[in-house]
Amino acid sequence: MTDKMTMTDKAIRPTTLVISALGGQGGGVLTNWLVNMAEKNDYFAQSTSVPGVAQRTGATIYYLEIFPRSAVKEQNIPPVMALMPMAGDVDIVVAAELMEAGRAIQRQFVTPSKTTLITSTHRVFSISEKMALGDGTGDSQMVLKAAQQAARNFVAFDMESLAADMGCVISSIMFGAIAGSKRLPFSREKFEDAIRAEGKMVEANLRGFAAGYLAAETPYSEDRSGAEEADAAFGPIAGKANTPETKALLARINALPDAVREFAYAGAQKLLDYQDLAYAEAYITELEAFAVQDKIPFTLTHEMARYLALWMAFDDTIKVADIKTRSERVRKYRQEVRAEKDQIVHMVEFMHPRLEEIIGTMPVAMANMVQKSAFLTRFFTKFTGPRMSDTTKVSSFLMLYFMASLRFMRRKTLRYAQEHAEIADWLANVRQALSKDYDLAVEVTRCQRLIKGYGETHERGLGNFKTIMATLAQGKVTADRVRDLRAAALADEDGKALKKAIAA
Amino acid sequence: MAERSFAKEVKKLRLGEGEIFHGEGILAVTKALLQSGVAYVGGYQGSPVSHLMDVLADSQEILTELGVHFEANGSEATAAAMLSASISYPLRAAVTWKSTVGTNVASDALSNLASAGVIGGTVIIIGEDYGEGASIMQERSHAFAMKSQMWLINPRPNLPKMVDMLEKSFQLSEVSNTPLFFQLRIRACHLHGQFEAKDNLPPKFTVRDALENPNREADKIILPPFTFLQEKQKIEKRWPAAVKFILDEGLNEIFDGPEKDVGIIFEGGLYNVVIRALQMLGLADSLGETQIPLYVMNVTYPLVDEDLVAFAKDKKAVLMVEEGQPNYIEQALNKVFNDADLTCKISGKDMLPVAGEYTGQVMKEGIKGFLAKYKSGLVSYDEQADSMAGLSDMTVTAEDLESAIPARPPGLCTGCPERPFFSAMKMLEKEYGEIHISADIGCNSFGTLPPFQIGNTIMGYGLSAASSSAFSSVRGKRAISIMGDGGFWHNGLTSGIGSAVFNNSDNVFIIVDNGYAAATGGQYIPSSARTLKQDERKARIQEAVQGVGVKWVRSIRSYDIGNVKALVREAMTSHYIGPKVIVVEGECMLNLQRREKPIKAKNIKAGKREVKERFYVESETCTGDHACIRLSGCPSLTIKPSPDILREDPVAYVDNSCVGCGVCGDNVHVAVLCPSFSRAELIFNPSGWDRVKHFLRQGVIGFLQRHADRKRVRVVL
Repeated sequence: MTDKMTMTDKAIRPTTLVISALGGQGGGVLTNWLVNMAEKNDYFAQSTSVPGVAQRTGATIYYLEIFPRSAVKEQNIPPVMALMPMAGDVDIVVAAELMEAGRAIQRQFVTPSKTTLITSTHRVFSISEKMALGDGTGDSQMVLKAAQQAARNFVAFDMESLAADMGCVISSIMFGAIAGSKRLPFSREKFEDAIRAEGKMVEANLRGFAAGYLAAETPYSEDRSGAEEADAAFGPIAGKANTPETKALLARINALPDAVREFAYAGAQKLLDYQDLAYAEAYITELEAFAVQDKIPFTLTHEMARYLALWMAFDDTIKVADIKTRSERVRKYRQEVRAEKDQIVHMVEFMHPRLEEIIGTMPVAMANMVQKSAFLTRFFTKFTGPRMSDTTKVSSFLMLYFMASLRFMRRKTLRYAQEHAEIADWLANVRQALSKDYDLAVEVTRCQRLIKGYGETHERGLGNFKTIMATLAQGKVTADRVRDLRAAALADEDGKALKKAIAA
Repeated sequence: MAERSFAKEVKKLRLGEGEIFHGEGILAVTKALLQSGVAYVGGYQGSPVSHLMDVLADSQEILTELGVHFEANGSEATAAAMLSASISYPLRAAVTWKSTVGTNVASDALSNLASAGVIGGTVIIIGEDYGEGASIMQERSHAFAMKSQMWLINPRPNLPKMVDMLEKSFQLSEVSNTPLFFQLRIRACHLHGQFEAKDNLPPKFTVRDALENPNREADKIILPPFTFLQEKQKIEKRWPAAVKFILDEGLNEIFDGPEKDVGIIFEGGLYNVVIRALQMLGLADSLGETQIPLYVMNVTYPLVDEDLVAFAKDKKAVLMVEEGQPNYIEQALNKVFNDADLTCKISGKDMLPVAGEYTGQVMKEGIKGFLAKYKSGLVSYDEQADSMAGLSDMTVTAEDLESAIPARPPGLCTGCPERPFFSAMKMLEKEYGEIHISADIGCNSFGTLPPFQIGNTIMGYGLSAASSSAFSSVRGKRAISIMGDGGFWHNGLTSGIGSAVFNNSDNVFIIVDNGYAAATGGQYIPSSARTLKQDERKARIQEAVQGVGVKWVRSIRSYDIGNVKALVREAMTSHYIGPKVIVVEGECMLNLQRREKPIKAKNIKAGKREVKERFYVESETCTGDHACIRLSGCPSLTIKPSPDILREDPVAYVDNSCVGCGVCGDNVHVAVLCPSFSRAELIFNPSGWDRVKHFLRQGVIGFLQRHADRKRVRVVL
């Protein structure tokens, strides 16, 4: 039995590391740094990797083991090191993306007695998340919660933005975080020597290393996780009202229930910016009407504040033109494409106006005339089809600037008439539902979420919306039913799921 | 130019006697080949041995110095057939490929090679693509070894052992006149380790020597009566010679331990997992010192009966650890023990899963179960279980994580030239209706995954054209076959297009020409452009298909989405009866970027005028429907939370990895999506004229914008 004791003596067990990185995150570089550092400092090191399928966009799992030469001095035979991580036997797990950390937890590489889990909190969304018709993103909070429960030490911070700030690759941040977690038997200097030894982008990598090291010393806490801040809606909204009329409107907003205020204010701002003060006032008036019929926690009015504002600010050509010609848009644009100061940047817009968009921007009477006349239709069709317009060119800019200026007559346009007719029906439906079933009214309100986008996308959304509204007429429709139908409408593009749900 | 260059690493291949080699398993194997005096090498790329081909290609200089011939074979069948040079000449040879798929392709030649036998040591390094990270159907190469009687080496995965076994493999092949498989798993190929090098040996006998003194041996021809004699020879001469060599050289290893009445027998490749599992149970230490006697099969075929019997003779039971199925070795073992009247019981798939990879945990559970049955009381300790026990009091359940964590399927790279093609196909299916599509191996196989989900079957490399044969005579709606240029040259031209011409197939065949075998790392193929200046090629796909008699051939640039869609529609609806071939052209973006990026950077540094393009999505106008993403799936076209607190759905967003390929924009136009997309053209080192234009334009635009800004701040809420 005694020699069995020596066999379970963890003192001479290898230290095991799992590194999970996506393509381009430098997991290979990180692995080389670790291997070279270990070998230089009188350790055996073994690393291997399993690339994500065909090395394309999947995650690559690197696995390392290091073992002190001192432990085998007398026999001088190398240790037997495993080629794959074993559940429950990993000392350090490093994930370059949050969901990959989640996957490591799923595979039980992370345990409370053994594992230091180091992860970036940023997300690289997978195709399944990106292609959803609504919001298909994974549950980061759940993963963070699991990590805190599963790991012995948990280090988490947004490595990507830190790397951006430091002007380095994420791998050097991870290397710093590993050093900062102090689970490896090497001093900070040894880590830095490994970067110097590699000799590539040494300055940037050392910068990133230092930042990662520092970040890893501060343990993870909720507020650093990017979790939503506490609801800022409570208490009156200060606002920036600069005229008697806007001051008055702000007062009305602050008179609304706490729960509604934040959205109401955002909505009013949106509509003031979209059209004019009167438009914003009409919106608030509508909300006030719902608020008086509502009760704590004012779910209906809260949802109405959101969806009514979104619908009233429907995406017509005037809005699009307005947004694309604004100065702050240019600032945002240049920043996002990382243009240098005073660098010349051309902004080529991809537009595809259809006859509907053009006619929609006309006054109702004119629009009807055009639709009746084959000649005029043919004439205006000339202006449809794919367009590429560089808004840094005067001609294109003026064109859009003119479209934006049509805001003064927006209330007269065909599109406005159409949208507001729909809005009226919708509000009627909500009120009718409210008369018999509060929850139903809330769900009917939420159906506005289906209406979004342009061209065919918009038609699809509106079609689904109307299909669901039509079921209301048949009576005996529950809130759950409406919720399910809405989910079905968002399940696929060609409406198969919705058809099935309706039939069911 | 391969995706990964080993130019630096191959220097290690020059290490001499006594120097220490540090590096990857694949590189170590290459070094071992040179140390064995190999005369010619070749193969076909495929994970996990793609890098072996890349290393060899990058080692041209060293190979030439040593007088070693290297050939990037057209397919695994080509590589296997190449080995015929070792049938009548003492030429040491090595080829490599992905298995089992590559072995399937090669097996015709292999059967003939194995029957004739070899006099030059012949080693086939197979990358056994099994378990985590595998990209193919899960099968064992073991069956090929048995059916053709070729030996199967499965070495303990550490570099010194791998190198030693490879050198021994050449000797084994020579003494037994039998070609053999040298099996490596994914992790062994990517394994970083070290070993003591020896000098490289130039081949004793070279391919030139062979050509200058041709040697014809009639009895090596695969025709009766020789084939009957050859089969006898396999059994009477080659097999015993192999068994004797394995025994004499001690290729299989026994690690004894105090618990004499039980034992574990396993394939060499599993050694490290077995040891780690035993460690977890407190039955082995980090140096491999074990309590349970171990029999390590570094040669998994043939078995050395007397050796196994000697090991098991006085044991109550042994555990046969053999990954994958069927359990050929376990079955054989039963016969061996039975013939020897052993009382020793054999456990195997009764304790371990029949299918799937033997991970550390699986192995531990299996060994634990075996010992519980035959050596109860021995296991008093389970470090892994103790460590996992801590997870039991988590409040977040496995189901919670399951629903919280999205899958991450692979997809086409940023800017991939195949993306616009699949976008066009998806749009076409929207209008035209669904189409039966045979997909293929290679990057194009990702078209079968989200967001495109195009393709009904995948039958093998270059076989998509052949796999639509059943529908070839239907007049009316047509089937489509999609294959890459790699698959086309691998065998699609003959098995698919040629056959389609012969049978006057009415189907549509689309060949995606990205210029390389891209999925395996961008290796060159016959239609690769040798010099990009005059786009000079060794062979052209268009000419090749015309050569086999296709009359309807069109070529088109993949990024021209609208026209690609129109052309495929034309092919589907054309009155022409007969095979219709469309070559969709667009160079692999990885290779293009690797070439162009440095040049651009250099020019910008040098003050030359350069324009960088990338895309941008307007978060204010994006409504979060993501139709653009469903038509693209580009890694750089992603999502972010909407800046508008009223909107719940995330908005589309183009990250900085965008290479400005233009697919987003084209999709917007062809599919009539939304006005949110914009192409940014960043001008570096602008010309004087650029500056003047910019100044004048900004004068007007700036004025109007300031005017609008002023108007806006008059009324603020």
